[in-house]
Amino acid sequence: MNIWLKPHRIVLLLMALALVVYAGLSMQWDWVPRYSGLLLHGIWMTIALLITTCALGFLLAVPLGLFQVTGPKPLAFACRGFCTAIRGTPLLLQLWLIYFGLGSLFPQFPEIMDSFLWPYLRQAWPYALLSLTLSFAGYEGEVMRGAFAGVPAGELEAAHAYGMKRMTVLRRIWLPRAILRALPTLNGEVVLQLKSTPLVATITVVESYAVTSTIRQETFIIYEPLLLISLIYMVLTAISVVIFSYFEKKVPVHDV
Amino acid sequence: MFIDKLELLALTPPGWGSVLLHGLANSLAVAGGGYCLGLLIGIFGAFGKLYGGPVIRDLLACYTTIIRAVPELVLIVLLFYAGSDIVNHVLQAFGASPVDINGMAAGIGVIGIVQGAYSTEVLRGAIKAIPPGQIEAGRSYGMDPLLLLRHITLPAMLPYAIPGLSNLWLIATKDTALLAVVGFTELTMATRQAGAATREYFLFFIAGGLLYLAVTLLSNAGIRILERKASVGLPDVG
Repeated sequence: MNIWLKPHRIVLLLMALALVVYAGLSMQWDWVPRYSGLLLHGIWMTIALLITTCALGFLLAVPLGLFQVTGPKPLAFACRGFCTAIRGTPLLLQLWLIYFGLGSLFPQFPEIMDSFLWPYLRQAWPYALLSLTLSFAGYEGEVMRGAFAGVPAGELEAAHAYGMKRMTVLRRIWLPRAILRALPTLNGEVVLQLKSTPLVATITVVESYAVTSTIRQETFIIYEPLLLISLIYMVLTAISVVIFSYFEKKVPVHDV
Repeated sequence: MFIDKLELLALTPPGWGSVLLHGLANSLAVAGGGYCLGLLIGIFGAFGKLYGGPVIRDLLACYTTIIRAVPELVLIVLLFYAGSDIVNHVLQAFGASPVDINGMAAGIGVIGIVQGAYSTEVLRGAIKAIPPGQIEAGRSYGMDPLLLLRHITLPAMLPYAIPGLSNLWLIATKDTALLAVVGFTELTMATRQAGAATREYFLFFIAGGLLYLAVTLLSNAGIRILERKASVGLPDVG
């Protein structure tokens, strides 16, 4: 029998439907068409931030994990310290440290104010990008450390026995095997990162949550924009889960 | 030059140290309260998901799915306003005058509801990991459900639940920072206020970060001790 057609599910679905209809009729939604352009821009910014920071963060996480496993002692220690610091403090604090802290230090150096970077450094988004990237790298670096350490030693020995150089072993065996091992956790990390993106609204970056705040301030409507944005985040989470499960099926996972 | 600035961290004014420590105390109180509330919700949620009827199971599935798919920041803002509104509506219905919900109570409620969804999943997994024979043995001794819970299920699931639950505690301490957005003076907010007043953002955010880090590292040490105690008599699975 279809899982949706059990008697109690039909009743629950009807009740949910009634709730939605009630919310649609009794609550105030006339602002949606007026702000739809702004909302779409916000959603697009959220997605762009998510994809860039995850990609950059992952690129940073690979050396962070690798150095912790095989790097020279001081380097391994530094990478470990970075991951611990990122994972041990709230993202909001890191974000504000980078935005307000670095932002207040930069103007003290005339070299920076004269450089070509200054027009960018006066905007908020580079700080948001940096902070979210470092955060993702910190969490994912820890995952990659486990993944690198978990590749069976016999496989690496076999590669050495074939006369591969260290870099070749890394490129052909160690890195691909480690990434395969880290894949199942990647979806969870990406969803966590998606849920972290609204924090950048606190430093005036205009993404979907910031748009919601704008709407609430301009229309004095309290709940409706927050409910809509919750729904949007649920849809984005669902999309991410679907995309990842598609790719997980494509990747051959024998024993990882 | 930097050494002079450290005086700003002194405990007595003009130092801001006591403001930061007060914020830290607020953070820890909300995290502790919210964590306990979440644990309570989690215990009921886990049992509902495992042994409840079909309706309870579906409703709990909705609760955990929605909470885990929506950003904590949005949930906190939503529940913070909705919670105070609902309480005041109820009070008005009983003819009482509306009250200003204090930030601490609202914070504990909000963090608790968010944590509850995650602990439901952790505890459900832990209960399922108990070898079924142990629970069956308890039943065949004629234990009633409460006795079974107290003597078998809760102690037996603890070693499986501790890694997940300790992770949740660390998340709770960090999630309290989000209450800064609704104006509650916890550590992150206190740090920002100190930074804004003195224009020394960098110094204060580093100091605030070190306080959070100290909480995390101390918690980690405590968790390790707890793990060793709870896994006595279990085969070492590394």
